[in-house]
Amino acid sequence: MVDVFDIYDKMERNNVLLSFKGEITSDLLTSILQIMENKMDTMQEEPKMKKKVYNVLVECLQNLYHHLDEVTEVEMDKNRSAIFMIGKLESKYTIFTGNYILNENIQGLKNRLDEVNALSKEELKEYYKKVLNNGEMSLKGGGGLGMIDIARKTGEKLEYNFLEIDNKISFFTLNIKVSSQQN
Amino acid sequence: MDKYAIEGTPKTPSISFDLAGGVLEIKGRSIPENSIEFYKPLVDSLDKYSSTAKPATTVNVQLEYFNTSSSKCILDVFKKLEGIHKGGSAVTINWHYEEDDEDMLEAGEDYQAIINVPFKMVMVAE
Repeated sequence: MVDVFDIYDKMERNNVLLSFKGEITSDLLTSILQIMENKMDTMQEEPKMKKKVYNVLVECLQNLYHHLDEVTEVEMDKNRSAIFMIGKLESKYTIFTGNYILNENIQGLKNRLDEVNALSKEELKEYYKKVLNNGEMSLKGGGGLGMIDIARKTGEKLEYNFLEIDNKISFFTLNIKVSSQQN
Repeated sequence: MDKYAIEGTPKTPSISFDLAGGVLEIKGRSIPENSIEFYKPLVDSLDKYSSTAKPATTVNVQLEYFNTSSSKCILDVFKKLEGIHKGGSAVTINWHYEEDDEDMLEAGEDYQAIINVPFKMVMVAE
């Protein structure tokens, strides 16, 4: 039996505003964004912060959406499932995402994240423009712009972890902080 | 067809392109999962417009949010406009941003640095 109170208590202590575990669809993203927008309005969040959180949420959720197929195509028994959580402690929002990833794709992603984390604000701006203008566009998304954009808008390092599940797949978690004390 | 217009949705902006008047307006939110599909008709109508462009072309962009997938498509739209500008139609891109929205102003400046077309940064009161 699942200990529901344990889950509740953990979420309460982290002041989770919204969490979701399951298949990520386009309609679901529309709903999540709508709910978070309403919540931030109700909380009377300052417009600047609201915009930042919303922008970062869009990128985080669409990353999940675009990358779910990679694993299901290889591992048929894994459904298109991912986890997403957003919490607010004091004036800082934290967004957590988690999804399966093929082990063969870990190194590439890790390199990209480390590269982004090594750059200063000014270097991120130049890197963003370079990637934006390099003409390549993946059919799925922004062709690598998402992580750069998140790092640029939040001014925070991207915290991540890979948990090996078996010899084919791992669970990738990303932890993004959004606070108003930057720029 | 001398006008291309579509209504906005929670994830896509409204677009109004008056080919006869030389005015293009993009307004709202641009956060679709598949931006290429969304922007293709606009890119196609810009292609069509380029051969019959007016002496002056005015572009008003007033976005509240856009995702990185849209940012590449918006660049494609601006590159078409750059071609039209080179072709002899005086293009002006009016990039609107809300007073407190530094990220949106910076996004406009990024495009300004890449695209060889006069940009005007227009601050909008909230």
